[in-house]
Amino acid sequence: MSSTEQRATTSQPRAKGAGREAAREPVIVAQGLTKKYGDFTAVDDLSFTVAEGEIFGLLGPNGAGKTTTILMLLGLTEPTAGTVRVAGSDPVRDPLAVKAVVGYLPDNVGFYPTLTGRQNLRYTAALNRLKGKEAEERINELLEQVGLSEAADKRAGAYSRGMRQRLAVADALIKRPRVLILDEPTIGIDPEGVRELLALLERLRDEQAMTILLSSHLLHQVQEICDRVGIFVGGRLIAVGPVRDLQHQLAAKGGVEIEVQAVTSDGRPLEATQLEGLRAALARLPRVEGVELDRDGTLLVRGQTDVRSDVAHLLHDQGLLPMHLRLRGLSLDDIYARYFQEGVDAAYVPA
Amino acid sequence: MQPMFPLKSLAARSASAARSSGAGPELSGATTGASRARLRMLPVGVGPVTRKEFADHLSGLRFVILLILIGVASVAAVYAASATVREAASQFASGVSFPFLRLFTVSGENLPSLVSFVAFLAPLLGIALGFDALNSERSHGTLSRLVSQPIHRDAILHGKFLAGLGVVGLSLVALVAIVGGVGILLVGVPPSAEEVGRLIMFIVLTIIYVGFWLALAQLFSVLFKQAATSALASIAFWLFFAIFASLIVGLVVNWVAPAGDDATAAEIIRHERLSLRLERISPITLYSEATTGLLNPNVRSLGVILTSQVDRALATPLGFGQSLVLIWPQVISLIGVSLLFFTLSYILFMREEIRA
Repeated sequence: MSSTEQRATTSQPRAKGAGREAAREPVIVAQGLTKKYGDFTAVDDLSFTVAEGEIFGLLGPNGAGKTTTILMLLGLTEPTAGTVRVAGSDPVRDPLAVKAVVGYLPDNVGFYPTLTGRQNLRYTAALNRLKGKEAEERINELLEQVGLSEAADKRAGAYSRGMRQRLAVADALIKRPRVLILDEPTIGIDPEGVRELLALLERLRDEQAMTILLSSHLLHQVQEICDRVGIFVGGRLIAVGPVRDLQHQLAAKGGVEIEVQAVTSDGRPLEATQLEGLRAALARLPRVEGVELDRDGTLLVRGQTDVRSDVAHLLHDQGLLPMHLRLRGLSLDDIYARYFQEGVDAAYVPA
Repeated sequence: MQPMFPLKSLAARSASAARSSGAGPELSGATTGASRARLRMLPVGVGPVTRKEFADHLSGLRFVILLILIGVASVAAVYAASATVREAASQFASGVSFPFLRLFTVSGENLPSLVSFVAFLAPLLGIALGFDALNSERSHGTLSRLVSQPIHRDAILHGKFLAGLGVVGLSLVALVAIVGGVGILLVGVPPSAEEVGRLIMFIVLTIIYVGFWLALAQLFSVLFKQAATSALASIAFWLFFAIFASLIVGLVVNWVAPAGDDATAAEIIRHERLSLRLERISPITLYSEATTGLLNPNVRSLGVILTSQVDRALATPLGFGQSLVLIWPQVISLIGVSLLFFTLSYILFMREEIRA
């Protein structure tokens, strides 16, 4: 990923979100997908679709069942129940048809240490029935694309983690996949490497309409490029949608905090008694669970849902002016962290 | 891919075995859409896997070590044979048959014959080529990449097995050719057509024998996650049959069918027959019996013979065909056991879920 390519990518306008999806065919369709290991349910009744040319982020803590889901999509493990369609084929019945069009970057990817990067790619090309000049050209093009042309003829055993990850991207792209599935692609690479990888993924989507599914436990790293994300905890998908819609979805599930600062109608700050009165009034609002007073005169309203409009009405009724009205705890990261906290306790996946 | 003699049937049989057992989601042939794939004997992807593994073997340090071992063995064998050159040559002059084969079977004063070298090295060769076949792919993180390519999963097992056998075949042909060539120079006697035939069969037999150890090592490489564990397990298996098995057989036979100093003829026969039968469980015994029958045309039976049975028999060598008939049960048993191990690794590997 050279810097010129980098610029080209970032300068491209990006149409993002639900507007683009509607017209497109779903490439990945999972329905009621369930995987049990003995008594333990790793994936529980999972249903989702990924449209053509979309980047879908499967987000969840370690052990949420992301890898298991990906294995089922690829036909590497059989679902206990439910059905999957990838590019129109059933990975259980016809795994080869799926593997022919899906590029896969596994978690903890590795290469034959005694072969060079190029030789490793050549083997993958041969396994995909790409031969001779065509294969060589494809390999050169991909090595260029991931910025490994210089190191192509070094033994893969001497590659750094970041180089291995880049080689793995090239490896997954050799077969010119329609669908790219990446399991924790950003792990172990530096921030610059992450940025380059994500830029490449965006480019693949924008220029080749590639469908991309990636899993991650780091929301903030991937939320930028995901058209839609699914939040996956304890084997269940708790929310799906574009990142900005997700906040509202999750907010609707309760537990928001609203910061309120108000002044009197002539612009003076409230006195202690007024604050106390406001606090009591706020606490009486429906769907409000409690109100606390912060040091600097900010009131923290804990509501079941987003009650900002109710708060605004109340302030108006009391003849006060709102100076500050902000949802707190609705940053996706916070909610995400909270779900993860719950998820980690419940989740266990055999290695 | 030009499959060698036993391999074609092996691949087809194990494939059908696993298909009927209903293992795993990725069985070959029947589930693929392409009718071309359905007609193939070998699973899709065997070609590239075999080529890659073969190249890996040949360029690896391991093969260099094996080559040195084989080189030392052939030098030693030629040296041992040269000591008996005159004897062999004079025997030829005096009309004793098969002087050329004796180059391979006659041992020197302190050095074993080439055949015993090969018998000793064969298990080592098989184990060295197979003990890390799959667990190294797993520990390098290459297995999950490999199984996500559009190839049948059994192509990986088949490809590795075929590549191993190819390397073995190559080394054996080279070894026999070198020793034979030097032998011709030393003895000055060209081999007869029958001797060439017997040597070719010897190579085939040895490939089958190494194939057995390769299948075993490959099974352990599926079974054990650590390459060191599977190497150790394979070597333990080998040592057990090479050293301890005959001791145990001796104990068991002495207990079940004792034959003391005052034993009757019937007791002695029973003792010997039981002992032979038990020892034939070991692939090492099977192989050594088969090579004996193949390379010593004068051997007329591999079982217990009474003096009364050879009374007035002419001490003429057996024909090539008759020798083959003699060793056939041993050969079939070796192929059978190899198939068993191969099928086991196949079933285990096909059902396995491969996680990074």
